[in-house]
Amino acid sequence: MADQIKLPADSFEPVDKSAHLDSEKIAAPNLTFLQDAWRRLRKNKSAVIAMTILILFFLAAFGSAIISPHNPNAVNPQFANLPPKWPGVDINGLNGTLNQAGSRVNAYAQAHAGSHVYWLGTDYLGRDLLSRILYGTRISLTVAVIATAVDLLFGVTFGLFSGWQGGRIDNFMQRLIEIIMSIPQLVVVVLLILVLKPGMMSITIAIAFSSWTTMARLIRAQTLELKEQEYVLAARTLGESSVKIAFKHLLPNLSSIIIIQTMFTIPSAIFFEAFLSYIGIGISSPQASLGTLLNDGQKNFQFLPYQMWYPAIVLSVIMIAFNVFADGLRDAFDPQTKE
Amino acid sequence: MAKYLAKRIFYLLLTLFIVITVTFFMMKLLPGTPLTNQAKLSPQEQHLILKQYGLTKPVWQQYLLYVVGIFHGNFGTSFQFSDQPVSYLISSRIGPSLLLGAQAMIIGVLPGILFGALGAINKNTWIDSGTTIISILGISIPSFVLAVLLQYYVGLKLGWFPIADWGGFSYTVLPTLALAASPFADTARFIRTEMVDVLNSDYIELATAKGMSKWGVIYHHALRNSLIPVVTIIGPLAVNIMTGSMVIENIFSVPGIGEQFVKSILTNDYPTIMAVTIVYSVMLMVVLLLTDIVYGIIDPRIRLTGNSN
Repeated sequence: MADQIKLPADSFEPVDKSAHLDSEKIAAPNLTFLQDAWRRLRKNKSAVIAMTILILFFLAAFGSAIISPHNPNAVNPQFANLPPKWPGVDINGLNGTLNQAGSRVNAYAQAHAGSHVYWLGTDYLGRDLLSRILYGTRISLTVAVIATAVDLLFGVTFGLFSGWQGGRIDNFMQRLIEIIMSIPQLVVVVLLILVLKPGMMSITIAIAFSSWTTMARLIRAQTLELKEQEYVLAARTLGESSVKIAFKHLLPNLSSIIIIQTMFTIPSAIFFEAFLSYIGIGISSPQASLGTLLNDGQKNFQFLPYQMWYPAIVLSVIMIAFNVFADGLRDAFDPQTKE
Repeated sequence: MAKYLAKRIFYLLLTLFIVITVTFFMMKLLPGTPLTNQAKLSPQEQHLILKQYGLTKPVWQQYLLYVVGIFHGNFGTSFQFSDQPVSYLISSRIGPSLLLGAQAMIIGVLPGILFGALGAINKNTWIDSGTTIISILGISIPSFVLAVLLQYYVGLKLGWFPIADWGGFSYTVLPTLALAASPFADTARFIRTEMVDVLNSDYIELATAKGMSKWGVIYHHALRNSLIPVVTIIGPLAVNIMTGSMVIENIFSVPGIGEQFVKSILTNDYPTIMAVTIVYSVMLMVVLLLTDIVYGIIDPRIRLTGNSN
């Protein structure tokens, strides 16, 4: 013990504690539920593309009053059935020529419409197809969005109430849904439209009225699970009212289901509107929707295929975009299904 | 089981009764009579025609007669076709509709299962992307657009199948294909999700660990277990096919009840509309009941008890 090492105090150097503390620090900001979902959604390329397409369609449809080149309802019989003409493009199908008896004829010259430009051609009354598609998309989207909003409001309320109450009330409400669900949706829609008289309003009501059951069932099933959670018990113990628990605790936890289901409801509402207009009990002329345009176009499909192709493409692209976007949202909100 | 069945059949009849009542009173709310040329008829003649259709009695009596009539297979007389009983219209037209529906269900569901399984087995590869794209297209493209395209390109341009009308098997090909697109896509998506789930489960891992071949695992364990829930979507698929049939039958001029329904709507033929509504509801209810029973039989984990689960 003789050769004890004597170290003076100043030969020690305090370690910088801050570096150590930082090892536990979370550098990234805390993400809320929505931010987290958005982060995952952004990584999904097809969903982002679908979202962009949808935004563009919404902008084009709701800006139709500004950007549409012609009045969609202006009838010009002398310019009827003109094919699409893109200025400066010389490809058959886009240069204003038509196939007549085996040779291509300049339909614009025949109709003395030399200076007029109809990007997507005209219909049988000489109305500009592009403008009609823009206005038609607006009507289709409006009907679908309003119907979905009503469906959402009603379905969520019904499902929440049924699941929260439980017991006899729940049982009765579920039987009611089962009865409604065992009537084919389209039959309900058709009967409602007949009673309400065809038109935009009645289509919206009919679609909303017949499609809320799926939402109500989903919400009810989830509510049954959620109401057994401890935070709900805690809230009840603290004396929160049922309404407050529904808004503060249940709805936020149901939001992902609601958003995903909404995204799947909108395309089905678009489909229903198009379907009804197509069979002739939907939107009535001179108003146009994608369904009525398809119906008009289909009559001349053999000779003027563009009159059906363009509305069909627009309708299909919107439907595809909604479905892809909804898929992406589902994966973003519920990453487990993707794994 | 017997108790469960009795309960289900009771609900089925209750639902049927509600459907009949609601459609009856909805139709009574609507204007429109079987009289085609009202202005030219004297009041006596009008009264006579209305009496022939049983429209002069008070509404509640008409209702009772209607309900009693239905249980005797009498749906009243069509407004559109004079003196044609609605029950005849329907019974002569239901055959083509059922045939098309059954064909579309088979043509849609079987390849749908194959596609969905292929996608799940090859998850996150180009095969998966390919099957996903096809099924998204199938869901998104409306059946009536597809029908017109098939009619023009396959029927008229290629001339492979008749473009319209009703005859032998070849006449059913195009309408069946147009109808089958949506059930096909729905099944493919459903099976893919189910099978991805099943492939992640412990018993698949065990089967692989004990040295079973890849395809043995897929066939004996994965596919079989993912097939069971398919039964639950048969009901919704049937609804899709019924919806589609209304417009598809119209496009291809198939003499089915869907075509009749659309015609009756456009001509305000209320007795026919009511009857077709009831027929559609009965078909859907029977399909739902059958699928529930089959589900209970093939999956012993599901108990058919009074529980609503």
